[in-house]
Amino acid sequence: MLTFLNHLINGISLGSVYAIIALGYTMVYGIAKMLNFAHGDVIMVGAYVCFFAVSSFGLPPVVGVLLAMLVCTVLGMTIERLAYKPLRQAPSLAVLITAIGVSYFLQNGAQLLWGSNQKMFPAFLSGEGLSLFKGQINVSSATIVTIIACIIIMLVLTFFTNKTKMGKAMRACSEDKGAAQLMGINVNTTISMTFAIGSALAAIAGVLLCSAYPILMPTTGSMPGIKAFTAAVFGGIGSIPGAMLGGILLGIIEIFAKAYISTQVSDAVVFAVLIIVLLVKPSGLLGKQIHEKV
Amino acid sequence: MKRILAILMALMMVLSLTACGGSKAPAADGSATALKLGGVGPLTGGAAIYGNAAKQGAEIAVEEINAMGGEITFDLRYEDDAHDAEKSVNAYNTLKDWGMQIFLGSVTSTPGVATSVEANADNMFYLTPSASSTDVLGGVENPLTGTVDIARKANIFQMCFVDPNQGSASAQYISEKALGEKIAIIYKNDDVYSTGIYNSFAAKAAEMNLNIVSTTTFTTDSQNDFSVQIADAKDKGADLIFLPMYYDAASLILTQANAIGYNPTFFGVDGMDGILTVEGFDTALAEGVILLTPFNADSEDEATKSFVAKYKEKYGEIPNQFAADGYDCVYAIYEALKGADVNSKTSASDMCDLLVAKFTDSGFVFNGLTGEDMTWDVSGAVSKAPKGMVIENGAYVGMD
Repeated sequence: MLTFLNHLINGISLGSVYAIIALGYTMVYGIAKMLNFAHGDVIMVGAYVCFFAVSSFGLPPVVGVLLAMLVCTVLGMTIERLAYKPLRQAPSLAVLITAIGVSYFLQNGAQLLWGSNQKMFPAFLSGEGLSLFKGQINVSSATIVTIIACIIIMLVLTFFTNKTKMGKAMRACSEDKGAAQLMGINVNTTISMTFAIGSALAAIAGVLLCSAYPILMPTTGSMPGIKAFTAAVFGGIGSIPGAMLGGILLGIIEIFAKAYISTQVSDAVVFAVLIIVLLVKPSGLLGKQIHEKV
Repeated sequence: MKRILAILMALMMVLSLTACGGSKAPAADGSATALKLGGVGPLTGGAAIYGNAAKQGAEIAVEEINAMGGEITFDLRYEDDAHDAEKSVNAYNTLKDWGMQIFLGSVTSTPGVATSVEANADNMFYLTPSASSTDVLGGVENPLTGTVDIARKANIFQMCFVDPNQGSASAQYISEKALGEKIAIIYKNDDVYSTGIYNSFAAKAAEMNLNIVSTTTFTTDSQNDFSVQIADAKDKGADLIFLPMYYDAASLILTQANAIGYNPTFFGVDGMDGILTVEGFDTALAEGVILLTPFNADSEDEATKSFVAKYKEKYGEIPNQFAADGYDCVYAIYEALKGADVNSKTSASDMCDLLVAKFTDSGFVFNGLTGEDMTWDVSGAVSKAPKGMVIENGAYVGMD
């Protein structure tokens, strides 16, 4: 039973990292209707900025995180302006390919700038953590912070998109860009804003990812990025609570598959579950079924 | 808008050109008499640390040899393969078009398997610094099935230990020194290096009656979280964990085991080398880690000291085992060519026949940074003794 609980907690901890990345994916997809495959690499840039701010310049971690958010926001908006905006009228496949290109560009750029050697992310979230059942189960402080951050971000994003004016504009753009424009909404600004928010989230995700798994390399963001994308699809891409649910479930399934089936086939199990869910519910767990009127 | 895109594309191209520029410039004086030496390795991408190290080590050796002004000088050219088999073969073909006479092989194993087939077909001499899989050499029996899956490629040689030697040497070492009662193994099952060592370790461990209590795996896609693997080892009471993998994953295992208060003995192989140089890594976590490695940058030996000093001055880093392997490869070829009648006009095939004869000659003994009295036989594998090192106070200390 204790082992089971331990695995469950490890699963939630892994899942919360996927969830926080998935929130960024789903946010951009939900509004701009494009898969930003460079999201994982923006995460990596955020982690690097925070790493250098804290380890090399000795700034306090909070300043490091804020700086990372600032840099990522600017980076996200620049990418959007230069790489995606010119393709707004192009078929979505073109944008997808561009996003993959941007992803490689960021990875190789990071390698030129910071070298390919891996760096160990400073453990500034290494507080006491929670100890249950006389120390038989430990929940690290990084996990607690990640889960809390994840919930707060989810709530704030939900509130933002449902209640604020900008949020309304975003939902309008998501439903019908042409109609939104006719209603006086500046579609370009709205989409830029979406990227700014998504990239700021990526910076937070980068710091939390590297706090939980402290290896930092130019390719750090790519694999968690793809897993998080899977999580977002699993939960229903475009749905903010769905991303969180999908991420956490994916983490738990992955750990359980490793622990109770085999470490050899854990990834196969994870993706098999994904396929089954999508067969039964093609729009994902919390995704909305969109009916096209003819 | 299109113009902005065009400018951006142009910028990207310029950037990628500068990225390649460094590797394409000939390292030597470029004199017409220099022998053309080529190498392929991951200079970009996730495994770039290994490719760059081997390349830089080889560059230092070439510089030294050319500075001596003897009969033999080299013109060295490295091409990038991003740790990809297909790109590695393309890079090899580029080098052939350039007129390469001797090939330093691929730096990593998966591409090495692909390029060794090509080099074998072309009769191009191939001495790899660090592609340690038996599939690179061919002709080695699979310890699990007892069959030879890939025939021996007669002109392929290795400077590093071949994987099974590391695995069986590790099992023997653990048994002889009684380092662990109950042994756990975590290996990377999508990597030929890691599985090769695991297979031979498991075979040898069975022979030596080592008690293996837990065997778990991970892949490139899941190398963030090791909680399950560590918990399995801990629950089964393992007091030694064997880690046949590179240090990137190993450093995470050390960190995560420490986080749950589990401190067995960790035993690594040559891929563990470099763990102390990870920027920001708390070296206290690696305290007591044992590894078998052929090279120690802290060695007091004159040749090593001079190499480390030059490397630090030129590249600002402490060289790892791959750099030393790259350096040794160039020198081994240099030693083998001494007194031979070769020049920049000698065909790659003639050069290959000459070098193969020399390397397999029992009289050919090479002393380098990664070992003394190294010899090769027709199997292509190097014979040298692995050194057991233990990490104490953030530095390697010899165990013997």
